Amino acid sequence: MEERYQRNIPALSEEECHLLRKKTVAVIGCGGLGGYALEMLSRIGVGTIRAVDGDVFEPSNLNRQLLSSPGQLGVSKAEAAAERIRNINPEVTVCAIPVFMDKHNCRELIHGCDVVMDALDSIESRRILSEACNQLGIPYIYGAIQGWVGQVCVILPGDRTMKQLYPEGTVMKDNSVLSFTPALCASVQVAQCIKLLTGRFTGTKGIFFFDLLNQEFETIPMDNDNQ
Amino acid sequence: MIEVRLYATLREGRGKIVMLEPEKAANAGAVLSHLGIPAEDVAILLINGFHRKPEDTVKDGDVLALFPPVGGG
Repeated sequence: MEERYQRNIPALSEEECHLLRKKTVAVIGCGGLGGYALEMLSRIGVGTIRAVDGDVFEPSNLNRQLLSSPGQLGVSKAEAAAERIRNINPEVTVCAIPVFMDKHNCRELIHGCDVVMDALDSIESRRILSEACNQLGIPYIYGAIQGWVGQVCVILPGDRTMKQLYPEGTVMKDNSVLSFTPALCASVQVAQCIKLLTGRFTGTKGIFFFDLLNQEFETIPMDNDNQ
Repeated sequence: MIEVRLYATLREGRGKIVMLEPEKAANAGAVLSHLGIPAEDVAILLINGFHRKPEDTVKDGDVLALFPPVGGG
């Protein structure tokens, strides 16, 4: 095992580390959640990463987005992600895709991936992405944040979790996010991703909900007809 | 009594747990109205651990859990 991955062992076996090198993960969104997720996926040694985001950095990103800095304002988030990954781990094959995901390009963006990471920032785009994952049979790792709180859930093909998370008519009124919230949410997402990629995932336990203001961690059950 | 557990921003001005007399709310939507919570401010509504809708009935001894929408990234 290369020295780079020695501290993965024995939390991961050598075989699991080799397995990760053969896997492909798409991170849809390279902002708050995506920046942290890309960092962790590349350091642990996922072989191929697609970084998808059509946006560029702006000053309001600086309070929380790992890849942002004053010198990066106006720079493509996907391109910045790819540059960061190449610096962290040149063994990772990274593909920067500087486009906004929509219902027309979604399937093409995730085709052939082993897992898709949700690092989006709108309900409608999540509905589109989760449906595409469902159609293509790809596990989808939902993550969402707001203020002090976040939610994570593994959505497997056939699950109806998105309807439980966002019933019709759901409206977002608060777009604040504090610096630590995406870091925790992305960590939980990546842990779930690694379990899926290494065969350690033992089934969806529910929607993981955390509230860092009140230091509460809950598992919201899934509906029985979703399991 | 009906126990209402509030999460995240829904606690602001209301507290963590609110106990309601059952005659004050026949369904979950009436619970929300009683607490001054617009329906669109609740994304996940559980009654006794099961996902439910505002029109679903509530009764003495039920436990509601209300979570706001979380959608940023």
